[in-house]
Amino acid sequence: MSGPGRTRRPIEPLLWLLFSGGGVAAALVGPILLLLFGLVFALGWIDPPRYDDLHALMSNWLTRLVLFGICLLSLFHFAHRFRYTLWDGLQLKHRVITMACYGAAIVGSVLAVVLLLDL
Amino acid sequence: MSAEPAQAVGTPLAERPPMYQPKVSRLWWLRRRSYLQFVLRELSSLFVGWFVVFLLLLIRAVGQGEAEYQRFLDFAANPLVILLNLVALAFLTLHAVTWFNLAPKAMVVKVRGQRVPPQMIAMSQFGGWAFVSLVLAVILVGLL
Repeated sequence: MSGPGRTRRPIEPLLWLLFSGGGVAAALVGPILLLLFGLVFALGWIDPPRYDDLHALMSNWLTRLVLFGICLLSLFHFAHRFRYTLWDGLQLKHRVITMACYGAAIVGSVLAVVLLLDL
Repeated sequence: MSAEPAQAVGTPLAERPPMYQPKVSRLWWLRRRSYLQFVLRELSSLFVGWFVVFLLLLIRAVGQGEAEYQRFLDFAANPLVILLNLVALAFLTLHAVTWFNLAPKAMVVKVRGQRVPPQMIAMSQFGGWAFVSLVLAVILVGLL
């Protein structure tokens, strides 16, 4: 559904690409990570990883790179899809919403870089 | 927009018939089950966002040291956070299933001139998902 005033910009194909990449990334690792850290470890069904082991795993540069990719792509997937959910779903066709969605994705990606460098 | 395009067309703006803009209710998606399913699928994006926030909290905690990691684990064990993660897990699973089901419709793969059946593409996607999940589970649980 395209409403009046929907803008077409050269950046749009890139946004759809990030949306697709994020869709794959979130689908592949999202459910298992939420299941483990959100339920299995949190409810004490299995002991969580020990700090030293987890730190060694996560501070590996390959892991950091993968984590960055997951964060960036998933954030842009969220931004792009949520923007259109509000646009088509709730008929909220305001530029501020679009800016806020992509703005959050950019801020989150920068934050991911800072936190991953700090590991 | 200025009035210039209207002058270019040659008709004064006031004389042109009003543009047809169908009114769409804000609650159109409650009218049918399939519409509701569509909106629920799209809403999964909100929980993809939460998933990244949760992941970033874990990364921050591990970067800060063992005490912060323990605080993260305590935070995750809060009943409200567990509830949120349960809902998020349901939405992420909905996202994954609908996403992998869509792929065979979006791509046509041919081997020796024969189209690979869509079911095979879907199965390879679900197989890949299972494989990645298993590897991550073995790594994270195996760290015991």
